[in-house]
Amino acid sequence: MIEKRRITGMLLTGAVYLAAALCLAVLVGIIGYVVIKGLPAISWKLITSVPSVTKGTQGILPFLLNTLYMILLTLLIVLPIGVGAAVYLNEYASNKKLIRVIEFTTETLAGIPSILYGLVGYLVFCQKLGLQTSLLSGCLTLTIMTLPTIIRTTQESLKTVPTSYREGALGLGATKWHIVRTIVLPCSLDGIVTGCILAAGRVVGESAALLFTAGTGKLVAKSLLAAYSRSGASLAVALYLYVFEEGNFQVGYAIALVLLVLVTAINLAAKWARKALKQKT
Amino acid sequence: MKQEAILTSGPQLGTKQAPERQVLLQKRSAGRVLKDAMEKIMNALFFACGMAAVACVLLITVYIFSAGLPAIRQIGLSDFLLGRVWKSTAAEPSYGILPFILTSVYGTVGACVIGVPVGVLTAVFLSKMAPPRLAAVVSAAVELLAGIPSVVYGLIGMLVLVPAVADVFRLSSGACLLAAILVLAVMILPSMISVAVTALNAVPPEYEQASLALGATPVETYFKVSLTAARSGIAAGIVLGIGRAVGEAMAVMMVAGNVANMPGIFTSVTFLTTAIAKEMSYASGLQRQALFSIGLVLFLFIMAINAVLNLVLKGGRDDD
Repeated sequence: MIEKRRITGMLLTGAVYLAAALCLAVLVGIIGYVVIKGLPAISWKLITSVPSVTKGTQGILPFLLNTLYMILLTLLIVLPIGVGAAVYLNEYASNKKLIRVIEFTTETLAGIPSILYGLVGYLVFCQKLGLQTSLLSGCLTLTIMTLPTIIRTTQESLKTVPTSYREGALGLGATKWHIVRTIVLPCSLDGIVTGCILAAGRVVGESAALLFTAGTGKLVAKSLLAAYSRSGASLAVALYLYVFEEGNFQVGYAIALVLLVLVTAINLAAKWARKALKQKT
Repeated sequence: MKQEAILTSGPQLGTKQAPERQVLLQKRSAGRVLKDAMEKIMNALFFACGMAAVACVLLITVYIFSAGLPAIRQIGLSDFLLGRVWKSTAAEPSYGILPFILTSVYGTVGACVIGVPVGVLTAVFLSKMAPPRLAAVVSAAVELLAGIPSVVYGLIGMLVLVPAVADVFRLSSGACLLAAILVLAVMILPSMISVAVTALNAVPPEYEQASLALGATPVETYFKVSLTAARSGIAAGIVLGIGRAVGEAMAVMMVAGNVANMPGIFTSVTFLTTAIAKEMSYASGLQRQALFSIGLVLFLFIMAINAVLNLVLKGGRDDD
């Protein structure tokens, strides 16, 4: 009996360590593979040049720029709405039912697969609003996708602002908006920044939703306005195009490496923001 | 409050006082009106932001239904859902999506069969058994896994896993359901692990202490007491993983072969998600509408999974 218990215990311990080792091995395997294959494929020239069939050059500059543009515009739109929603939920709303409905829909948004965002984004932004397949349509689609991320992280950090701060300000005669502007929002800066970084991560990694909304353009636009009104592939979409549709693995490896570096940087930045900005308050 | 009292009593007082004071009071009350208006505007603005998420969900629901229903009406619900043949580009097209539905179900179940044990065991490791430093390393690894874009999973699946599957099982092509299941199993790990770890961390230490005091070994305690106490959280993590597996498109598209076969472990298959992604770029007419209908089916699947998730979470709250 005791012997049996001992063996079961040892087996379970072994299984637990094995599972953890497996997770670690998968990550190391993925990163190792991408780095080993990507390092020889990547070069400064590849990063800074434009792909062209006529000139026979290869490059990933348009995709890098498109990704950057998408991050910028998406954050610009989603940030006020998301932070506003979180403030409403935490500071303004008094109707419990309404709060529950909003929180439920936020959860629902977070669970909808990106391919469905792609479909709806295509129907609404590209067709109904007549924006065509353009970076702008892609950004608007991404806005809806990243909304739950911003709301959730902001809300979490709003909850950590002590109630006494608000009561103190209220006692001094401050109005609600004044309190939100001068006390609540500055105190929850860490959550807002973290939310932005996580949303940027989502934009960098997204592909299925962008394939039909932002399209597969490979050109560098002359002006910012032109960039947003034209179809353009982000890095992730470009990786799919090169590897799956064109079978050009070298560029694929290079893009994968760039993506991994970006994602790791974003991950670290989010961690740093959570810690560094929290201590300030 | 006090300010308000002064202001409301202002006009009456002002009649008896110097005109400068009256002007001052009028100025102040004008400021007050401005402030009130500002309050109201901000109130409405924040309310609008709050309703944005609700509006988005409504918008998505309305569009998915209105775009998805026409083709179903034209093809016929049973022919659409239970038809075994999908030939959207043939001269006499046939739109049966049973192969896609079954593939999505099998693929998800397969991914869970492999992913859930690894995920739960890793969660136990992170929450209970790991030395702190090792736990930090593994949990950082899990976070990074969550951040890796799905196309990168697809790339590695396509260039490493697919050839390996072909080699091991001596197939002419390794792009099959099995490869997709393996990729999905890895992709559902991070969300599952993080939810399960949170649930395990929330188990009251008294439970574990009592179990240890009764003579159970630590390992027995983790598996019989902690896991049982955290079961609703772990179930929520699994449901979250299921949702992710059902909705994944790009990675699966790159490894599953994308032929509309009835699912078999070594056959090239198409998932609900990949059926849409594959044909969307060139589809037109009824074919295109049928793709929106597939979207509708996928949407209903996800909504059902969400409902289960909510039920599981609620059930957990009642337990405590």
